[in-house]
Amino acid sequence: MSQAGAMVNSPIAGPKLKVQHLGVVYERDGKSTPVLEDLNLDVSEGEFICVVGPSGCGKSTMLNAMGGFLAPTSGSVNIDGEVVTGPDRRRILVFQERGVFPWLTVEGNIGFGLSKLSRTERKERIAHYVQLVRLQGFENTYPSDLSGGMKQRLQVARALAVNPDILFLDEPFGALDSITRVIMRGELLRIWQTEKRTVIFVTHDIDEAVQLADRVVVLSSRPARIQDILTIDIAHPRNISSPRYLAIRDELLKQIGLAYEI
Amino acid sequence: MSTLTKPRLWERFFWPVLAAALLFAVWHYSVVWTGTKVFPSPQNVRNGMAELFRKHVLWADIGDSLRRVAIGYLSAVIVGIPLGLSLGWFPAANQVVNPLLQFLRPISPIAWIPVAIIFFGIGDPAAVFLVFLGAFFPIVVACASSVSNVPMLYRSAGRNFGLSNIQILTRVVFPASLPQILVGLRIALGIAWLVIVAGEMIAVDSGLGYLVIDSRNSGKRYDLVVAAMLLIGVIGLVLDISFRKLEKIKSVRWGFRNAA
Repeated sequence: MSQAGAMVNSPIAGPKLKVQHLGVVYERDGKSTPVLEDLNLDVSEGEFICVVGPSGCGKSTMLNAMGGFLAPTSGSVNIDGEVVTGPDRRRILVFQERGVFPWLTVEGNIGFGLSKLSRTERKERIAHYVQLVRLQGFENTYPSDLSGGMKQRLQVARALAVNPDILFLDEPFGALDSITRVIMRGELLRIWQTEKRTVIFVTHDIDEAVQLADRVVVLSSRPARIQDILTIDIAHPRNISSPRYLAIRDELLKQIGLAYEI
Repeated sequence: MSTLTKPRLWERFFWPVLAAALLFAVWHYSVVWTGTKVFPSPQNVRNGMAELFRKHVLWADIGDSLRRVAIGYLSAVIVGIPLGLSLGWFPAANQVVNPLLQFLRPISPIAWIPVAIIFFGIGDPAAVFLVFLGAFFPIVVACASSVSNVPMLYRSAGRNFGLSNIQILTRVVFPASLPQILVGLRIALGIAWLVIVAGEMIAVDSGLGYLVIDSRNSGKRYDLVVAAMLLIGVIGLVLDISFRKLEKIKSVRWGFRNAA
């Protein structure tokens, strides 16, 4: 990929993404509900960050604020030293499900953000990402004829096609069955290793976080604060029955306040 | 018949034909047994139908009705779709206009006939106006509600890819609401066909509606009345079936599946 070359080893000092004292308060019916409180986080270029926390704690809110879809009540999000003020095609948000456009084919979806490219460039780019997410043969298929896993791969391809530096993924595999989910994690890691993007991945699945992330951000229950940040110092491919893996997993479970036994 | 297996080809035609044959049999014997002199039997109607076709005015009547529907309906489409889309797109405008729409919508176009005649006199424009009224409201309401029903997700994705507001409207909101708009257009076409028959009974002196009322008034020819009714039904059915073909277009088909 020629266009990917620009972001490998870019000499930017400091973090790719910097979250400073981020706070979000929802106002509804005259009541104000604090959702996020004083979040601070530095993410470096090419890092894979997972965000976990109890359900409803504000993980998605955090992602929306980082992506520019939601204006923070206090604090700020900086990307490459610039304050985030709105959504931008340099950072794409991938949704849990139903994020692909059902009125467009696989090709149409991947090419959605590429209308400024010339016809041939566009075709090449689409072909590249069709191949990357292994949807060859489905170029002219509509999403209603794709499985859940294929739709999510399509959504990731559509996001990557516009060549963003950051991918925000909001529980992208949450609606998939458990077998597909495991396969999709492998696919995502493979794509991340070839494409070298910064990834912020929200999940409620502890195993998913430990299998994927360089670092795991643990949020507390609402109003969410950063409870802990765990570094996963296991090289890929990760052996999910190794003692180190299990130790980190147990540590995370304990952080979230879950018992070891059911 | 099992509901799981697809009915075989002969079955798909056999059962509806049988049901129709039964209806005709009941009709025929009811006329015979009651000995009515007023209501026509199926044979009378068939003869009446043949007479209509021989007299050649029938084609002119069909043509007139279809022309009025086409003009009234297309005007409603041309005015209604942009208006409905804008109302869905600007909720503030919708809040102003919606109460008025909801108030005018339940007034049957038939009730507008006297008003139409005051505005346009007896003639085509009055009938076209009635068709327009009948089709306009369902189109506007379908467009407005379909736009406001477009999932926020799609708009967010559009914004994320750097689309301008106009592009979001044309590349996201419009295609996303198209299936629901088509449903509205189809309902509107059905209403247009209902309204033209009623309108032609009063506001003009040609068309299938006029044929019905004229056959009754000039000599109580109920065989011709029923023959014209059957034709109205068949043409309405053909219009609906043709419209349904649009739902098979691939870029809207997703909106018509139970699973989607």
